[in-house]
Amino acid sequence: MSGTAISAENLVKWFGEGEARTVAVRDASFAAEYGQILYIVGPSGSGKTTLLSMVSGILKPNSGSVIVEGEDIWGMSEDRIARIRLNKIGFVFQDYHLFPRLTTAENVAVPLILKKMNWNQALNVALEYLDIVGLKERAQLPPYKLSGGEQQRVAIARAIAGQPDILIFDEPTASLDGDTGRKIIEFVKAKILDEKRCIIIVTHDSRIYEYADTIMKMEDGKIIGFEKNHAHEK
Amino acid sequence: MPGILKIALKLLINDRSKFTALLVGITFAVFLMVMMTSMFSGILTRSSSSVYNIGAKIWVMDPAVNNATSSIPMPDYVLSAARSIKGVRYAVPLYFGTAQVKLKDGTYQATTVVGLDDATLYGRPELLEGNINDIYADNAFIVVKDAEYSKLGKPGVGNEFEINDHRGVVVGLAKVASSGLFGIPTIYTTYSRAITYIPSTRFTTSYILIEPKRENDIPAIQQEIGKLGYQALTRDQFVGKISDFYTFKTGMGMNILLMTTISFVVGLSISGQTFYTFILENLEKFGALKAIGARSNELIAMILFQASFTSLIGYGLGVGAASTFMILARLRMPDYAAQITFVILGFALLMVLVIASVSSYIGVRKVLQIQPFDIFRG
Ligand SMILES: Nc1ncnc2c1ncn2[C@@H]1O[C@H](COP(=O)(O)OP(=O)(O)OP(=O)(O)O)[C@@H](O)[C@H]1O
Ligand SMILES: [Mg+2]
Repeated sequence: MSGTAISAENLVKWFGEGEARTVAVRDASFAAEYGQILYIVGPSGSGKTTLLSMVSGILKPNSGSVIVEGEDIWGMSEDRIARIRLNKIGFVFQDYHLFPRLTTAENVAVPLILKKMNWNQALNVALEYLDIVGLKERAQLPPYKLSGGEQQRVAIARAIAGQPDILIFDEPTASLDGDTGRKIIEFVKAKILDEKRCIIIVTHDSRIYEYADTIMKMEDGKIIGFEKNHAHEK
Repeated sequence: MPGILKIALKLLINDRSKFTALLVGITFAVFLMVMMTSMFSGILTRSSSSVYNIGAKIWVMDPAVNNATSSIPMPDYVLSAARSIKGVRYAVPLYFGTAQVKLKDGTYQATTVVGLDDATLYGRPELLEGNINDIYADNAFIVVKDAEYSKLGKPGVGNEFEINDHRGVVVGLAKVASSGLFGIPTIYTTYSRAITYIPSTRFTTSYILIEPKRENDIPAIQQEIGKLGYQALTRDQFVGKISDFYTFKTGMGMNILLMTTISFVVGLSISGQTFYTFILENLEKFGALKAIGARSNELIAMILFQASFTSLIGYGLGVGAASTFMILARLRMPDYAAQITFVILGFALLMVLVIASVSSYIGVRKVLQIQPFDIFRG
């Protein structure tokens, strides 16, 4: 499958009112394709996280629209958007946000449980995904006993366990050392990306640029250009 | 159990230290509330013990009487008038007073004396030893074998004592349903002997006990007595009046109310505070759940479940601790006045649910406020 997974049209987002108003994203339009990794890069404060949040249905834009698999999500009720996030989008946060009181396997099972899969079945599926990220033998440990890189892999397993078509990573390597960061993205590209998936990664980390298909550059709330990674086009 | 609640449960109980603190707070509050109210309830029951023990359907008294032991004697015409009211099967006088009993060793003991109507012995106690008809014998008294019995030197049938310079002979030992509040023994005799042995005022009838023909006659009887300027109360009304007196007209009710409120506030603040910290600590995780796609009502369900689970366990522990305490206390002091009633259990449950609701309200508000965007921004 190829085609457009998410498209953003003329997104605008500002915070505060009057004097204090800061425009975080101005008139941003782009599309993310299946089978590709799209990077969003730019200096701190340029609006990357804000833009990513709007396209993934967790921050309502002031104007503009976001089309996820043909549907305009910001016209929907909050609960329906929540369902779209659950079913179609997987998140990996910079700080992992794993539950320290649950085991690694239970953490991975969370989206499945939210999808009403029964407990034991969800844990079995979670084990399969932990196996994919190479952490099956850590399944019964609480996440804080794992290294940063391992925790990020657990977060990735959690993001993909519900088989979403779209994966959203915000600074996935920021808390990791260079080597581990590279390995994670290498792994994502090799094992997670396929032609039915679209991956969007926000990053500062120039060491991992080589894994992108397209790099979208932002500055001061605006998209200032796209760069195709021609090394991949064959 | 739905998986989402199982997650909620694990988040809660795997946080050992907070979960323990929560339980301790609620258990402590429930324990104190149950203890306070049970003691109060025990005391109230005791304060009406004579009313329960004598067991008459209707009690006629001066309206100023607010407590069974401090009766105000009524003139004889009230008795005759009561007897002629339609619907009255019979009406009998009851003497209720206090006298000093001189024991064999020469010491004095204050004692409640109940004088039963000579003709009917209406309100007589159940005997453990002796024959009720012996009450008509010379100087005969029946001693109640309750917690205060030993204060009379544990007399047996045939033993003697002195009461206001009269000889008294024990002809029977009686059992009563409830012991009194004031810690003094009780003896029964006939009405006529009571008023001759004990110095009295011009009027001698402490109460008039009425047996109605039918339950339906009671309101009419009460009205007729009311016209005489006296008050006719059913047993429950009289007990209610005595309870009201102790609750509202003495410091006792206020103190118990205060202590109960303090226990509640302490419990609420410990557990509310701990639950709040628990939610705060997990706030980001709830935010992450939201981002992943949990709906608001699922998050609310998780919090309500956590709060009510903790509260109910704390409730069980608190009630258990209070009962254990009372059982142990009673082993050492048979006279210990405390009783757990269903009303108390219900009241404590209600208070615990209030604690749970307040805590979850705060938790829910926090969790609904958290924006997944804030989680993203870190
Ligand atoms: N909740 C908010 N309230 C006020 N201003 C905000 C809020 N969120 C973002 N901003 C502002 O919007 C702008 C864009 O922020 P955003 O977090 O999207 O930048 P970013 O490109 O992700 O930066 P970084 O690389 O540091 O993560 C910034 O100027 C920021 O201060
Ligand atoms: Mg950012």
